Amino acid sequence: MNLFLDAFAWIFSPERLTDSLPLSVAIGQHLFYTFISVLIAAAIAVPLGWWIGHTGRAREVAVAISGAARAVPSFGLLVLLVLIFGVLHKPEAAVTAFVLLAIPSILAGAYSGFEAIDRRVIDAGRAMGMTEWQILWRVEVPLGLPLLIGGLRSAALQVVATVTIAAYVNLGGIGYYIIQGLPLRDFTQILGGAIVVLALALVLDGVFALIQRLAVPRGVTAGRATELRETPTRRRATVASVTK
Amino acid sequence: MFTARNKGRLALGAVVVGAALALSGCASSDPLDSGSSNPGDGGSETIVIGSQAYYSNEIIAEIYAQALENAGFEVERNFNIGQRDAYIPAIENGSIDLFPEYTGNLLQFYDNTATATTPDEVYAALKDALPDGLTVLDQSPATDQDSYNVTKAFADQYGLTSIADLASVDVPIVLGGAPELEKRPYGPTGLKDTYGVTVQFQATGDTTVEDLVAGTVNLADVYSADPRIQTDDLVTLDDPEGLFLASNVVPLVNEDVADEIADVINAVSAKLTPEGLVDLNVQSTVDQKSPSDLAKAWLTEQGLI
Repeated sequence: MNLFLDAFAWIFSPERLTDSLPLSVAIGQHLFYTFISVLIAAAIAVPLGWWIGHTGRAREVAVAISGAARAVPSFGLLVLLVLIFGVLHKPEAAVTAFVLLAIPSILAGAYSGFEAIDRRVIDAGRAMGMTEWQILWRVEVPLGLPLLIGGLRSAALQVVATVTIAAYVNLGGIGYYIIQGLPLRDFTQILGGAIVVLALALVLDGVFALIQRLAVPRGVTAGRATELRETPTRRRATVASVTK
Repeated sequence: MFTARNKGRLALGAVVVGAALALSGCASSDPLDSGSSNPGDGGSETIVIGSQAYYSNEIIAEIYAQALENAGFEVERNFNIGQRDAYIPAIENGSIDLFPEYTGNLLQFYDNTATATTPDEVYAALKDALPDGLTVLDQSPATDQDSYNVTKAFADQYGLTSIADLASVDVPIVLGGAPELEKRPYGPTGLKDTYGVTVQFQATGDTTVEDLVAGTVNLADVYSADPRIQTDDLVTLDDPEGLFLASNVVPLVNEDVADEIADVINAVSAKLTPEGLVDLNVQSTVDQKSPSDLAKAWLTEQGLI
């Protein structure tokens, strides 16, 4: 308990404003790296995922690559990229590592969003004479949006937690307090830093949860309700006749 | 009656109880307190040797191991354990008997207010600071300690030989090192108080030497036995005021086995010189030789086996 109280005292101490790395600056750096990385990853993975989902091509390749990419250890990748890019390009190296980390979730969200759509809806659109572009933008994108945002949500969570390691290569962020605290055995500082990262992750997750709810088109919920009613009614009728 | 609903309630109850237990565990005790340690279990037959996750430390541990094996001891190697936080509890509870350590850094671990800086002062202070059951054998002349380094070009440009000369440099001095250096007594504060040198700090961590060579920092904290001081043409600045704690290689041992192995290990420590240690490090990093080959060659060369 003392440790937790100390950690909160650490977070709210006025020294956090006068440190060589003020907490507000660290949070700013942390969010900056998170947003930039998720944004770049989305710019790459969303069009690619939509293309895979729409055409159904290269699906196996995408599944295999995004599955394997999740297993890449981010810390090793970060240090490797810093050594490859050179120490003068540390931010680029770090963002590359985080982008690679974020791509699998977003890619999976984008193509599985399209795959989850009832094929009859797309066929209906086609039968009505919609062009492929119209099907993509008016049918598939709105219906696939909730799953895509789910993908973005988990990518953002993963990245916000992983940006902690950016401090290992002198890029600051909240991880700095954790990484500095370990060899100093300053557990208050370590826990304080960890709590701030946790709070940031929860806030981000909450924001995405809200967006995800707003992104469900109204027609989707209505369609689901009618479908649910159909089968049970029939089944219940047969059971009733047997017991009688 | 296990209806679905009851099951749900049961599960919920279990979660609540579990969470309460887990949280109360957090509340009542300090999770980082290592608790009572077991008394050493003798270890008269097998000497368990540990090492840090640091190649140079592992070479020294391997030298200890082969020297003891040659003297007829049974040895168990438990190398590459990690940082001091990870292995000290294992030494304190007797599961490791012998560990190559560094006087200054170990003293700072047990007493972070220590003021000793010369090798003999540090060694004496360390003996007092060690907990019961642990002791150190003779310290070796070999050192592996923090040191401030600049590039050869930078040293020539400003005529630098000691840390004090940094005061006359007319460009801002940017110090690179591990993140914790910022708060160490010999870090930016120590430089200012002891030598009147004001520096900015950059936490360059694992890429400190690369950063120094690339010019993102112009002063770097590098271990004195690091071969890159030679291979990258760095200049180590003298420390006339004793800002850094001397950190000689020293065997940390469990008192139960200290007397048995003292003769063998002290003979090794006496022969291990600073230049010898750097040479071993160069052979390890540049020539990629294995610790066991290096240890064997070194012991044979010194006439110890």
